[in-house]
Amino acid sequence: MAPSLEAPEPVEDVLANPLKQKPNLVAPEPEHCPGPESEQAGTADSCAGCPNQKICAAAPKGPDPDIPLITARLAGVKHKILVLSGKGGVGKSTFTCLLAHAFATNPDSTVGVMDTDICGPSIPKMLGVESETIHISSSGWSPAWAMDNLAVMSIQFMLPNRDDAIIWRGPKKNGLIKQFLKDVEWGDLDFLLVDTPPGTSDEHLSVNTFLKESGIDGAVMVTTPQEVSLLDVRKEIDFCRKAGIRVLGLVENMSLFVCPKCTHASEIFQATTGGGRALAQEMGIPFLGSVPLDPRIGMACDYGESFFDSFPDSPACTALKGVVRELAGQIGLDAKEVMPE
Amino acid sequence: MSLSKVKHIVLVLSGKGGVGKSSVTTQLALSLSLAGHSVGVLDVDLTGPSIPRMFAIEDAKVTQAPGGWLPITVHEADQAAGFGSLRVMSLGFLLPRRGDAVVWRGPKKTAMVRQFLSDVFWDELDYLLIDTPPGTSDEHISLAETLLQKARPDQLAGAVVVTTPQAVATADVRKELNFCAKTGIRVLGVVENMCGFVCPNCSECTNIFMSGGGEVMANDFGVRFLGRVPIDPQFLVLIETGKRPRYPEGTAVNGQDMSTPVQESNGAQDTKDAALLVHKYPDCSLAPIFKSITADVISEVQITGR
Repeated sequence: MAPSLEAPEPVEDVLANPLKQKPNLVAPEPEHCPGPESEQAGTADSCAGCPNQKICAAAPKGPDPDIPLITARLAGVKHKILVLSGKGGVGKSTFTCLLAHAFATNPDSTVGVMDTDICGPSIPKMLGVESETIHISSSGWSPAWAMDNLAVMSIQFMLPNRDDAIIWRGPKKNGLIKQFLKDVEWGDLDFLLVDTPPGTSDEHLSVNTFLKESGIDGAVMVTTPQEVSLLDVRKEIDFCRKAGIRVLGLVENMSLFVCPKCTHASEIFQATTGGGRALAQEMGIPFLGSVPLDPRIGMACDYGESFFDSFPDSPACTALKGVVRELAGQIGLDAKEVMPE
Repeated sequence: MSLSKVKHIVLVLSGKGGVGKSSVTTQLALSLSLAGHSVGVLDVDLTGPSIPRMFAIEDAKVTQAPGGWLPITVHEADQAAGFGSLRVMSLGFLLPRRGDAVVWRGPKKTAMVRQFLSDVFWDELDYLLIDTPPGTSDEHISLAETLLQKARPDQLAGAVVVTTPQAVATADVRKELNFCAKTGIRVLGVVENMCGFVCPNCSECTNIFMSGGGEVMANDFGVRFLGRVPIDPQFLVLIETGKRPRYPEGTAVNGQDMSTPVQESNGAQDTKDAALLVHKYPDCSLAPIFKSITADVISEVQITGR
């Protein structure tokens, strides 16, 4: 095969071809497969000679018939917020959990957290529900409850052993995300937070396709201050723009570290290019705030405790509350109601 | 296959994102090069390539030759100084603009990974390091499949697994170790990154992301523990701005004095230093740590070769 130095496929192309139902294939998808769920399935140039070609071409066209089912299932969810970042390990899951805890401080709100990181689920551990399993009833799958008003769904609950690797290709991951939305009894939620894996690939496209009709409030971007991380986050913002997902704002995590001995503040991940604030300005999106690096946040996550309950007076906690207030403002809610003092 | 002249292939893996796969890859590459080996780095993180930034060659563009791509040269071998050549290939070099999102579904990523493995003209290489995205999905399955099928058994040396110490990270990395076990990729060892930060003001060491988690995990899985790497903001500055790392007097790593001589630091206070990264890296406090990690990796690779 001669190498092609083609410019990567424009994002618009991928977005304009949403998923339809996947047909039953007789052979694995070949190289350069447009995806059996895509609109071009069976008709693209690379489909010539593929044993699946007829099956793909004969599959019903038009959008996935499950999307209206998802919309019906999520009718009781008031706000849907995605937590995104192009970069891994910047604190997407940590921030999702902190946000969930913050929203859940109001006993009248019900919060749901959906973990779409299939290959590295962290949410169950951080919320202290790692050993839960899923219960399946006639009306659907019941999520695990981390608190009275905090529901959680993750692939971790379906694994026989805690350390089992989930070695799945894209289409299988899409299928599970669909089930999380279609088959889980989310009930009436005030907030559904969707935690995502790093990158801009199957999971992100699927979440966007499946939720488009029921409406996404927007996405929160998480970054760390150094340029290596901003570089990937810039790509993620580009993706949101093109997919029509509103960016609610950018949070800079791990910005400063205060030495517990001498209280000297160090920039561990130096913002040589201006950090999150400069990126937010450059991209024209709201900057929600900086959260300092506090080892106790990591510790609270390891033990599955709420950082807000454990260390309410820490500077990181104050900063986080500020971020939550800003975010509440962005989705048109009263900050006092979202998180009563 | 373009890998025919490559002696050893080493994967750098982690189930968790942001633990330092790319910085570990970069430093392994520099250390191997300093030890006189010729090194290639292949970045298969398609949606978030960091390697071009790490080597400060973001503007480079790939040259196409009949039947394949030529990798980017970071530096040529220097017999006199005793270091080997270093070449790099990444999707970052193919993007028209650096902020462009690469939104690809699985099959497309699989095709790209295969193309990267078959169509890049690596010359004679002692080591090819493959930097991966987090997870155990399309890129990893394709890598494992292609390498196990096409590479000679003595070529695929194994994987260096990177983690940070906290339980949330090791939980994901344990999955990656199980992935290696299932696919039959040998684990050369575990590196525990971001373990401890020394305050530049009072020299107090704080374990920001706890400590020891990587070693416990390595013991649980019966694989070699290669060592702990602390957080050094100077390394980041070196990567981001090209500034040569400087340390206050009395800084010692593994018994080696790392402090910058006073007269020298007075002479060159410039922020940008035109020297090659491979010349500046030995001044970084992480260099001696990686020197011993690299020696361990080489010895593990030799065992596989036999």
